[in-house]
Amino acid sequence: MTTQARPIRVLIAKPGLDGHDRGAKVVARALRDAGMEVIYTGIRQTPQMIAEAALQEDVQVVGLSILSGAHLELFPRVVQELKSRGVDDVLLFAGGIIPNDDVDAIRTIGFQGVFGPGTDTNDIIAFVRDNAPNRA
Amino acid sequence: MDTNALVEGILGGNRRALARAISHVEANTAAGREVLARLYARTGHAQVVGITGSAGAGKSTLVGAIAREQRKRGRTVGIVAVDPSSPFSHGAILGDRIRMQDLTSDDGVFLRSMASRGNLGGLSEAATGVADLLDAAHFDVVLIETVGAGQDEVEVANAAGTTVLVANPGGGDEVQSMKAGLMEVAQIMVVNKADLAGADTAMTQLRALLSIADLGPWVPPILKAVARTAEGVPELVDAIDKHQEFIRGSEHAHEERRKHAQRQVIAIARAILHREALSTANASGAIAALVEEVAERTRDPRSAAEELLETVRREWASQGERE
Repeated sequence: MTTQARPIRVLIAKPGLDGHDRGAKVVARALRDAGMEVIYTGIRQTPQMIAEAALQEDVQVVGLSILSGAHLELFPRVVQELKSRGVDDVLLFAGGIIPNDDVDAIRTIGFQGVFGPGTDTNDIIAFVRDNAPNRA
Repeated sequence: MDTNALVEGILGGNRRALARAISHVEANTAAGREVLARLYARTGHAQVVGITGSAGAGKSTLVGAIAREQRKRGRTVGIVAVDPSSPFSHGAILGDRIRMQDLTSDDGVFLRSMASRGNLGGLSEAATGVADLLDAAHFDVVLIETVGAGQDEVEVANAAGTTVLVANPGGGDEVQSMKAGLMEVAQIMVVNKADLAGADTAMTQLRALLSIADLGPWVPPILKAVARTAEGVPELVDAIDKHQEFIRGSEHAHEERRKHAQRQVIAIARAILHREALSTANASGAIAALVEEVAERTRDPRSAAEELLETVRREWASQGERE
C-alpha cells in the first residue's frame, strides 16, 4: 500500500491583544495556495493556547503575527510553553511590526524567519518549504 | 517516536504521542496502521458522534457548544474537525479552532483539524482511525465534524455511532437535497440558528421528510438549537445520550454493533481496493491509450473502463502466480 505525500502543516497564530489579523490571513492564504495545511487560530491567543494548539495539531511550523509591540514579552513565553510540552522540533517564524533593533533578539530565541511589512509572500513560502522539519 | 512509544503514550495519556500517531494515521503510514491494529481492542468505550451538515450551518459552533456541555457533565472530549482541501493546490485553511478557542486551554479536550486531502476514498478510513485513537486515549466523547457534501463525508458520518444532521432555517432547497442520502444516516436532526425566522418551517420540512423515510426501531428526534448561545444544546446532548443507550442497550446492541462494523469494513475495503486498483492501472500504462480512444470517440467510456479493470485483474492474477 502506498503512503500518501504529507502536506506541510503550519499553525498561524496571533498572540496578545491586537485585533488586526489581515496580515496573518494573507500569509495563511498564501501558504494554503502553496499546498500547505494551515491551522488558523484567530486573534488574542495566549502563549499556552498557541503551544497547546501546535501540540494537538502536530504542526511542523508555527508562524506568529504581532502588531502590538509586545513581541519581546510574548515570543519567549511561546517558546517556553512549546518546550515545556516537548514540542522542540518545529520551525518558528514571525511577522508584523517588529523593529529592526529587536530582530536579533527574536532570532536568538529560535525564530529563524522574521518578516516585516511589504514582504513578498513567495519569500515566506520558500522559507517554510526550505526549513520545515521533515516528518518521514 | 517508534510504534511502541506511540501505543504506550496514547494509553498513558501522553498528548504528544496521540498527536503524532494521528499524523501517521492521517497519512496512512505503516506505523499508523500498526498503532491502530494494536489499539483497536482498547476502543469501543467512547461515545462517537458525527456532526454533519452543509457549509455555514454552524457545525463548528455547535461542536464547541456540545463539547462545553459534555465538559459540564464531567466527560472528556476528543474532536476531529474535517475541512476540505483545495482541489487545485491541495492546501487547506483549517479554521475550526477559531470557534473553540476556550477549549484549547482545557486539559479535558483534544481538538484535531483534518484536511480531506482528496485521498481516493480514504477520508473515512483516516477520520475513523483518528476517532479510534481518541477512543483508545480514554476520551469519553469523540465528536467528528464534516461538511455533508459528498459520499466520503457521508461515510465519515456513517462511521460514528450517532450522527447528528445540522440544518438551518430558510434552507428549504438544502433540506430537499438532504433527501439524497443524508436523511438515512442521521439519528438526530437539529435546526441550528433557531432564533432566525423560518425555524418552525424547517422543522416541519424535516418532519415531512422523515414521515416518508424508511425508519427502523429508532425514530430520529428533530430538535432546535442556537449554538452561539448554547440554547437547546443540553437537550441535544440528552438526545445523543438516549441514542447511545439505544445502540448499547440489550435488545439492539448486537445488531447495531454488527451493522456498524459492516459499514466500517466495507468502507475501508472499498478505499483500499480503489487505491490499489488505480495504482495497478497507472503502473500498467493502459489508461493513456484507452483515454485517447474515448476522447476521439472511437470507444465508449464504459467499455474502456471494463477493459481497464480487465487489465488490472490480469495483472493481479499474474502477481498471484509469481508469489
